[in-house]
Amino acid sequence: MIRKESMKIVSTKEIAKETVEMVLKNSYISENAIPGQFLHILLDGHTLRRPISIADVDKENEMVTILFKKLGFGTEKLSESKVGDVLNVLGPSGNGFEISLEGIHTVLLIGGGIGVPPMYYLGKSLAKQNMNVISVLGFQSKEHVFYEERFQQFSKTYVVTNDGSYGDKGFVTNVIPKVGEFDRFYSCGPLPMLKAITNELFEKEGFISLEERMGCGVGACFACVVPTNTEKGYKKICSDGPVFDAREVIL
Amino acid sequence: MSRLQVNLPGLNLKNPIMPASGCFGFGREYSQFYDLSKLGAVMMKAATGSERFGNPTPRVAETASGMLNAIGLQNPGVEKIIENEVPFLAQYDMSVIANVAGSTVEEYEYVARTFNHTNNVHALELNISCPNVKEGGIQFGTDPSMAAKVTEIVKKASNLPVYVKLSPNVTDIVTMAKAVESAGADGLSMINTLTGMQIHLPTKRPLIANKTGGLSGAAIKPIAIRMIYEVKQHVQIPIIGMGGISNAEDVLEFLLAGASAVAVGTANFSNPLICSEIIDELSITLERYGFGSVEHAIGKAVMNE
Repeated sequence: MIRKESMKIVSTKEIAKETVEMVLKNSYISENAIPGQFLHILLDGHTLRRPISIADVDKENEMVTILFKKLGFGTEKLSESKVGDVLNVLGPSGNGFEISLEGIHTVLLIGGGIGVPPMYYLGKSLAKQNMNVISVLGFQSKEHVFYEERFQQFSKTYVVTNDGSYGDKGFVTNVIPKVGEFDRFYSCGPLPMLKAITNELFEKEGFISLEERMGCGVGACFACVVPTNTEKGYKKICSDGPVFDAREVIL
Repeated sequence: MSRLQVNLPGLNLKNPIMPASGCFGFGREYSQFYDLSKLGAVMMKAATGSERFGNPTPRVAETASGMLNAIGLQNPGVEKIIENEVPFLAQYDMSVIANVAGSTVEEYEYVARTFNHTNNVHALELNISCPNVKEGGIQFGTDPSMAAKVTEIVKKASNLPVYVKLSPNVTDIVTMAKAVESAGADGLSMINTLTGMQIHLPTKRPLIANKTGGLSGAAIKPIAIRMIYEVKQHVQIPIIGMGGISNAEDVLEFLLAGASAVAVGTANFSNPLICSEIIDELSITLERYGFGSVEHAIGKAVMNE
């Protein structure tokens, strides 16, 4: 259940170009968050909260890690917050990757840019459940790359950059054909990437995480809807998602 | 009688606080944060004759002290609302106000008449002021004779009191208010959002897919206060005030300007508990400024002239 919570900033650092990693302390959210869920953060003087995906959870120490890119006024301001500051958060929000693993042995994680963070907590959790994990991480260029070593701890990891300055050159879709067999894919990243992946991997079972500008973040305002081929014709990204079956949403 | 109680046509409100239409869905999501029976009333999300999908995304953008939205009246249609949503709200001890929208006079009439089929809706809010749909909506809200016509037809079709929701996107709000009062409106609800636009610098295009959106939030509060203050001097019917309310002081300001009750909209997005918190603070705020009850504060700023 979503609650309004205070989260104290334990650490904050820029780990790649324009990309900030922040560790927050809170017992309720660390206890209840599952991979794929997000925090809805209110900054002083702002009207709308900012949805930021959960990148990692340390239940034992009551820590939640988020990663975000400085893309506008809100995220820029969040990046200026200091250790010891307390954030006003709604969470854990949305439906995560809570999916049965019956008959699944190998999973492919595909993260693009700031879509990489939710793949981390997911991959770590899947590896703990003895899944064989393969990761494909796409970034703009070398200076944007983060978490490669962390993914390597539980998965065979491929990095691709758009300009070829690190790893393979091109897009994640260029790498997917060479990763070998897998039973299911999970993905989060920019819309054009998700479109390309869901087209290319249509035969495969897959789950994708979507983002959109949100209003309430709890499913009441209908700001963040996505068309679906289900009977209702749409779903709400903040409350039905952000994780969807790749075949049910129309991107 | 409790000091927070207000009685309006069709609405016996234990307090004057209600979530505004479109900012609270049909209540389900917010019921996880507090007991909705605490509210004076709820204004449901707009109902149209049949299901509407709404506008493409992005549908919202943050602005200085506010936000733009262009949802486009997405809703499952009046019948499904009566079947699936009204019974949920009926569990709670509060009044339910249905927001009636449409593209044609006939659609407004149909939606209003359909709400006669439930006993759990206590008043209608006639939405002639949505800026985010191509047809209907705001055109009825900016032309006094069309506003009067749709009010008259909806009054005839419905057996419920009708509060007409006025648009601030007009030169003379008093003319609009008088026109719908003459046409039989039981009350007014004001103000709806102001049409605005934001250009997204990276793409050099309007950020909202619909290009324009309705501006709401703290930024529009002085406009709402001014309009209510002006209208209060010229009409007899009660006003439900809204526009940027986010605390109990704001509520008192609306009451003083002439509102008899208020709706809280955008502030629910920043703080899902806002209506509940305002209700808790309202008595003390009234007392601090020398009022024994809500009733005593209504229109005081106008009378002081």
